[in-house]
Amino acid sequence: MRRYSAFAIAREAARYHTGWGRAWRNPTPKKSYDIVIIGAGGHGLATAYYLGKNHGLKNVAVVEKGWLGGGNTGRNTTIIRSNYLQDESAAIYEKARSLYESLSQDLNYNVMFSPRGVLMLAQTEHEIRGYKRTEHANRLQGVETRFIGPKEVKRLVPIIEISGPRYPVLGALWQPRGGTARHDAVAWGYARACSDMGIDIIQQCEVTAIRQKNGAVSGIETTKGEISCNKLGLVVAGNSGVLAEMAGFRLPIESVALQALVSEPIKPAINVVVMANTVHGYISQSDKGELVIGGGADGFNNYTQRGSFHHIEETVRALIETFPIISRLKMLRQWGGIVDMTGDRSPIIGRTPLENCFIDCGWGTGGFKAIPGSGWSMAATMARGEPDEFAAAFGMERFIEGRFIDESVAAGVAH
Amino acid sequence: MLSLHCPYCGVDVDETDLTPGGEAHLVRSGSGSDDADFEAYLFMRKNPRGVHFERWRHSFGCGKWFHAARATDTLEVFGTYSAQTKEPPQDVQERIRARRPDWKGFGKGDRI
Repeated sequence: MRRYSAFAIAREAARYHTGWGRAWRNPTPKKSYDIVIIGAGGHGLATAYYLGKNHGLKNVAVVEKGWLGGGNTGRNTTIIRSNYLQDESAAIYEKARSLYESLSQDLNYNVMFSPRGVLMLAQTEHEIRGYKRTEHANRLQGVETRFIGPKEVKRLVPIIEISGPRYPVLGALWQPRGGTARHDAVAWGYARACSDMGIDIIQQCEVTAIRQKNGAVSGIETTKGEISCNKLGLVVAGNSGVLAEMAGFRLPIESVALQALVSEPIKPAINVVVMANTVHGYISQSDKGELVIGGGADGFNNYTQRGSFHHIEETVRALIETFPIISRLKMLRQWGGIVDMTGDRSPIIGRTPLENCFIDCGWGTGGFKAIPGSGWSMAATMARGEPDEFAAAFGMERFIEGRFIDESVAAGVAH
Repeated sequence: MLSLHCPYCGVDVDETDLTPGGEAHLVRSGSGSDDADFEAYLFMRKNPRGVHFERWRHSFGCGKWFHAARATDTLEVFGTYSAQTKEPPQDVQERIRARRPDWKGFGKGDRI
């Protein structure tokens, strides 16, 4: 791999940018790999990357039915934070956030991580109590957050209306080290680094069956032929149920559509991420100037990557009450992604009923922020054959044991 | 916007007047059942990419629960029917078969 650097820009500029070359190879699949990961989104590519980097396992393939980073990795609102209530969640999300801090250097690829700070608005008395509790929990977990009053919110976000008639801003949970990153770049950076280590990323290769022998996985059948493997990782977010059915087990997961939208670009107006969970909308401004807006998920099973329009309406309605200045903005694009929601709104990482088949799924509406931590943990889990320190609490067996990591109650909404 | 026919009111209802209730025809496992059955009843879902039978409640209307047969990959609705049944009525199943010749039938072809 030719490293990207200031010197490389000068060198390529001198030859009219004709020498950059491809960022990753486009290989034909081999007959067999030690490990196959299904799903070349952020989580799948991160898993492959850390398998190679942390565990020296490089005879790995990542197969993807579409194009890499074309699912939820390219459809989210790019928010990165780790201010979770439950210890298990805070641990893995904080691991991810801290990996994001050095990811550009690590991958030699600018993922444009911007630790601009994340505000979660408290707009009811209950939310104040809830966030103060989270602040205390975060302090014990070593996650830096602070509950701040409305004046400080106004100072951080001058365009906010704090004395709104229905839901005044009463304070906020402030995580100064949270922020955003360029979502596509995260997938591309991992893909480039994987490809450089000799890991094959095979796009437009849909898995049609999972082969097994004596209760253990032996390979997959794809639209590009059969590939045998010793270990298989399912990292397919919204399509987890489809793959699990092929592998012969069920998941405590339902796939629903989650939508986002962006406005026309405007001059810099807001330099932090604001999440308003009571009215249910979140907003940040991209480097291009667009306001990136996310809202609520649909409540019914859906694989179409199209959501219901009334959610867009509700989200925008809520946000213009909090940010009256944006009420005349035109919205440029809206889109949907299929998210995999578990019963307790926490992810699943670990073994499955099929031997040597591992799963990393259930990140629901908040997977982007977790990509490096999820990949780190999934890679360790697959390499060892048993859950690592982060994954231990997130096994599927927690549903039969009633040992939930209940972020749905902690957050009050999907997160 | 999704629109479903309420079999009780006899009117077409917009999604905003309805509450989705997840997979229909689950076998209820109560006290005395083993852990695996109880887990399956509470959490494990078929979540298919294709024909799905599900519960809906006409919240801003009659308030009654009913069932819908719907495709999760196209959002096509095959029909709605009373919740007081253990399997979809024949006419709904016929309609699904007409639209999806490779559909294996209610509860058939389930590997799990």
